[in-house]
Amino acid sequence: MTRLNDANQVLAREIIGRYPKARSATIPLLHVAQQQNGYITQEAIAHIAELVGATSAEVLGTCTFYEMFKMHPVGKYLINICTTMSCALMGAEQLVTHAEQRLGIKAGGTTPDGLFTLERVECQAACTEAPCLQANYRYRYRVNAAQLDQFLDDLAEGQLDAEIPAHGVVARVRQSIPVDRAVSVVAPDDVHEAPVWMPLSGTTA
Amino acid sequence: MSETVPVTLNGRAIEANKGELIIAAAERHGVYIPRFCYHERMSSVGMCRMCICEVDTGRGPQLTPTCMVAVAPNMIIDTESEMTKNVQQGVLELLLANHPLDCPVCDKGGECPLQDQAFSHGPGESRYIEEKRHFEKPIAISDIVYLDRERCILCDRCTRFADEVAGDALISFSYRGNETQITTFPDEPFSSYFSGNTVQICPVGALTAKPFRFKARPWDLSQQESTCTTCAVGCRIVVESSRDEVLRYMGVDSEPVNHGWLCDRGRFNFESVNSPDRALQPLVRERDELRGVSWNEALAAAARLINEARASGGAARVAVIGGARGTNEDAYAWSRLGHEVIGTPNVYSQMGDGLPADLLLLERATIDEAANATTIVLLAPDLKEELPVLYLRLREASEKKRSRILEFTPKQTGLTRYAWRSIGYEPGSQVAVVEEALADADIAAQLAKGNVVVVFGRMNLAETITAGVLALNRLLKAVPGSKLLPAFRRGNSLGALQVGMRTGPDGLNIRGVLQAAADGKIDCLVLVGADPLSDFPDTDLARRGLAGARRTIAVDTFLSASTARADVVLPACAFGEKDGTTTNLEGRVSKVVRQVSPAGNTRPDWMIASGLALALGSDLGYADVDEITLDIAINVPGFEEVTAASVAANPDGVVAGVPTAIPPVGLLEGVAPERNSYDLRLVVSRTLYDQAAGTAHSPSLAHLPRGSAVHLHPLDVARVGTRDGVEVKVFNARATVVMPVVADASVLRGTAWMPWNNPGPNVGELIDCFAAVNDVRIENL
Repeated sequence: MTRLNDANQVLAREIIGRYPKARSATIPLLHVAQQQNGYITQEAIAHIAELVGATSAEVLGTCTFYEMFKMHPVGKYLINICTTMSCALMGAEQLVTHAEQRLGIKAGGTTPDGLFTLERVECQAACTEAPCLQANYRYRYRVNAAQLDQFLDDLAEGQLDAEIPAHGVVARVRQSIPVDRAVSVVAPDDVHEAPVWMPLSGTTA
Repeated sequence: MSETVPVTLNGRAIEANKGELIIAAAERHGVYIPRFCYHERMSSVGMCRMCICEVDTGRGPQLTPTCMVAVAPNMIIDTESEMTKNVQQGVLELLLANHPLDCPVCDKGGECPLQDQAFSHGPGESRYIEEKRHFEKPIAISDIVYLDRERCILCDRCTRFADEVAGDALISFSYRGNETQITTFPDEPFSSYFSGNTVQICPVGALTAKPFRFKARPWDLSQQESTCTTCAVGCRIVVESSRDEVLRYMGVDSEPVNHGWLCDRGRFNFESVNSPDRALQPLVRERDELRGVSWNEALAAAARLINEARASGGAARVAVIGGARGTNEDAYAWSRLGHEVIGTPNVYSQMGDGLPADLLLLERATIDEAANATTIVLLAPDLKEELPVLYLRLREASEKKRSRILEFTPKQTGLTRYAWRSIGYEPGSQVAVVEEALADADIAAQLAKGNVVVVFGRMNLAETITAGVLALNRLLKAVPGSKLLPAFRRGNSLGALQVGMRTGPDGLNIRGVLQAAADGKIDCLVLVGADPLSDFPDTDLARRGLAGARRTIAVDTFLSASTARADVVLPACAFGEKDGTTTNLEGRVSKVVRQVSPAGNTRPDWMIASGLALALGSDLGYADVDEITLDIAINVPGFEEVTAASVAANPDGVVAGVPTAIPPVGLLEGVAPERNSYDLRLVVSRTLYDQAAGTAHSPSLAHLPRGSAVHLHPLDVARVGTRDGVEVKVFNARATVVMPVVADASVLRGTAWMPWNNPGPNVGELIDCFAAVNDVRIENL
């Protein structure tokens, strides 16, 4: 059973409560599912569909649209090496080859111990810092082979646990709004006036 | 009239309707803008870009997707400019880049919008020389529909239909960019009751339906417009055939009825017309064996049986039941045969699962009126299961926020999700529940807004109609001016009743006939397309009635359990083999046509009635079916406007008026007793797919009924001490049956729901049709 566990189901209901329409919570709940299992299971998709009142096919459609939702198990650390123009010019391919030899896997694969998944990715918006990589979407800039080795060692030894959590964890501090401070949500269908801060056209504020 | 907006279309000044999309306004004025994703019955999405034209709104010509932009005053639309043509060619070149161009082996070839528009608007040549995208082809996305992702152009029509129109969003776009494809969730097929519509609206050959795959090329099909008679909605269809074999039905966009949609049962049960199991020649029983004979011999034998019965104790010893599955003409001829020629008052078209005939006297709503009512009150069976396209219409009314649905039901239905209020009740308590609801301030205020349509039907086959009718009367009295939409199930129930297939003075209805037959008071039972063993709710009485009737004459397309023991079998034409008219549940009379030759030696029902009348020494006087239509118009109150000419001139049909006089139908007295707390109250209703002849003899549908089972609320499952899927003993004073339990939250606590006429144990064994309600007890084996 890899549906959402009890604690996450409580969390899911809280998240759903923030939106006027339950299905708006689909993507946040997919993150919860990915955090729980490290990837998104079919059972979790069916569970989320139940929770937000959509069909499993719709949640699957949303889930597969986004590259960062993984539908198959990935390692604890997802190493994304950028191979787009700037990084390519600065030796990204050599870096990928080095990482493949070091980890003993081809790009796209996962090490047998389940620790690392290596991927080639498109531009990560750090072109001035090429070649760059991400581990679970945390950056490392201007990486050379020796630094990569050191980085992978540190990750494996758990020295970077404080900075880089396991794959699926978006943030360790979760937003929580106390009930008395929450702004009530109004369903789009119930909105009949412009927001108070927006003067109606033809009137002056 | 709606406001109009002056616009210029290809240099011509036209008046468009305010708010109308450019593509629709152009089409209305004779200019066809090519399109793939745009469909007038669904919201626009602008996916395919094919409809882009140059439109000038005062800022100079701009390329505009005409399915996304409404007309505005003084807009200048140019659908033929150089730029427009350039763009259309570009869009088509892109759409064809990954299209396999396997038109010679594609079922859509010849009627394919992509093929047609590639010829009419395409560049003629492609600059794309690279390898095309490949997918496994085709994959089954349901039992009936196959998807070829290579041909798909991602127009969003099928997925939009599934979500917006059918409410079964079981298919969706998945992945992104070049990988985008339509998928179902793994192991959760596109098992919508309406899946066939996606095949019809697919603008390429990506979606194909199993019953038609590789059967014929579209240009070899001949076609005629007709009306589906599978249920009483009466959807407009086109019957298409090749080499004298019906191969396909397509939905016709009829504004007042089906908006182009069909249910899968209606769409695919044409297979039964071609079934090798049809009754193809007249049969007469001799020494306990049915022997094939000529029509003359069979009719003479039938006449002899009827005469013997009349001689033994008067015409009332003959009963004619059925007739709701044929045309108005069939019903009229049989009614005249029964009432005038044979002279029996025991003529009845409903099978104990219908509605009292005197409901026809009430002011009737049309489907359109129901779908535009302020409040739709449902005292009806699950419309999604029984009248699927009516479900689509009412669902749309609720989704578009035109109507609020107030539902009273013994089990949650397909419309419960869309209901403003859904009030569950235990069978027998309808009147109290309706009265309580009428006392509710919110509900009273909603009903007081006026424009109320009540949909009334048989909600539960395991109770008499009495409580339902009383509840209906309360409602109609409390809401003056409300109209009634009778939710008849069978194709021509309303027509058959109205043209005369109803009891004469002191006549017996089906229940009375079967009881009398069981008591030995019926000597000749004529079954006109009737199968009491699977239609009549009380199986025990049906069995005793059939056994007690001394002689049985069956007029049918198939030999059923009931007719297999008949003394004379007169084989009838099936749908698509005969002309005539049919009446839907709103009283709309429309044409059904003969598209193929009658199978074997079969004859239309009216011709059989005429032949039998002649054999009995009377002449009904009909040489062809139009004469009967005319006779109906002359003689049947409410049908004055319904002539062959007016029906031919109005493809959407002619709405018949309400009859002037129908004697009140006596309701069975009897108050529902309190339920013993060990018992569960029995609710039995129909599912779309059951063992009806049309479904059972259609190979694509035959395996779809889910099978007999007792559905209980999950808490009742726990109370009984069993689990989902485990077989239990279900019993009451009449019978014991063993069937699996299904935990089903749509069932009310304290009730047990069973699907009618599904494969497996016969639910009808548990039903006493004279009891106000039926209870059952459940024990572990």
